[in-house]
Amino acid sequence: MRQTRSVEIGTGLFVLLGMSSLFFLTTQTTGGDDFKAESVYTVEARFENIGSLRTRAPVTMSGVTIGRVTKVAFDAMTLEAVVHFVIDAQYDQIPDDTDASILTSGILGSQYIGLQAGGSDMYLEDGSEILFTQSAIVLENLIGKFLVNAGSSDEDSD
Amino acid sequence: MKQTFLELRNNLVEFLRTFGAFQLFFLRLLRYSPEILTTRLGLVVKQVHNAGAQSLVIIMVCGLFVGAVLALQAYSNMAKFNAEDWTGVAAAFALVKELGPVMTALLFAGRAGTALTSEIGLMKATDQLSAMEMMAVNPVRRVLVPRFLGGVIAMPFLAAIFSAVGLYGAHLIGVEVFQVDVGSFWQQIQLTVEMSDVNEGIIKSIVFGVAASLIAVWEGYNTVPTAEGVGHATTRTVVITAITVLVFDFMITAAMI
Repeated sequence: MRQTRSVEIGTGLFVLLGMSSLFFLTTQTTGGDDFKAESVYTVEARFENIGSLRTRAPVTMSGVTIGRVTKVAFDAMTLEAVVHFVIDAQYDQIPDDTDASILTSGILGSQYIGLQAGGSDMYLEDGSEILFTQSAIVLENLIGKFLVNAGSSDEDSD
Repeated sequence: MKQTFLELRNNLVEFLRTFGAFQLFFLRLLRYSPEILTTRLGLVVKQVHNAGAQSLVIIMVCGLFVGAVLALQAYSNMAKFNAEDWTGVAAAFALVKELGPVMTALLFAGRAGTALTSEIGLMKATDQLSAMEMMAVNPVRRVLVPRFLGGVIAMPFLAAIFSAVGLYGAHLIGVEVFQVDVGSFWQQIQLTVEMSDVNEGIIKSIVFGVAASLIAVWEGYNTVPTAEGVGHATTRTVVITAITVLVFDFMITAAMI
């Protein structure tokens, strides 16, 4: 009887420890989706270059996540990248001349869309398109420009 | 020439026979599983204790050191790019997706699998299994199924404990020793690791649990009933489990990417 009792206590302890570990892994290591909305509306934007923007990337305004990228496609007619993203329906008063730019969180971080409010009286709604966009800053291009500038300033000083 | 050809053919047929018998054995275990789980739960609990609770020490110590060494390696390499905050991310990804399930399965094969094989093998060598059959007790139901289920239940928990303790080890090295900011350490992990990554680890540990327990029980049940046979069967359990787990790991990872 004692034997069974200690076995049962040991097993109970083990399973409890296992479950709390699973709980820890699923809640503490994953940020999960910090964007949850009951209803959303879809907006599209066209960019010259989206860098490494992918679906599920956050869409933020003033640093707050208000939406998520749902689709990234390439328009063969205009040779532009078309990005579809959803915005939480409770934020339905975003001016339609808002501009969207692709930003990077940190120096090595992932890319996201930052919205900068405009001043229009008309609001974004389902299916509308953001006209003012700013492409991703590609590090290689930046370095290239920097090197060209550095080279030309050397010549100037001669 | 003809001799070698015949030998080759016999080997092939023998291999197919073993492989087929293995699958049928698996089905047999599965068929009895629901019944044992509902009517003889006590037997299963005892085996969860043997396979799981008694493996806790080795799993936790190994997890702590694996997590610590991951953080050590990640930190010393990330520091070159001034990306020390990513120490935790590197350790968390490696632990949750790969090392947690795989290392646990390998340790499980060494700690619990060998115990299962030698126990069942010795039962066979000392005619205990035959004695059960004489008493109209089905040894597959009474002996094998609870041991198989015990391993299957214990394995995902063990893998989760391994990963959690490993993350604590990474925290100790990254935050306490190398002074990575504790906030950014955990925030980077939470931002980068997704639910699908944790799920991948859980799926792997379930598959490995079934594979490791099945191989251990099968090898024990098919032991050549001698002292030497038990020894061989135990060795084969570890070797076959290690190969199976690593091959399955590759296949699952490839399928889930």
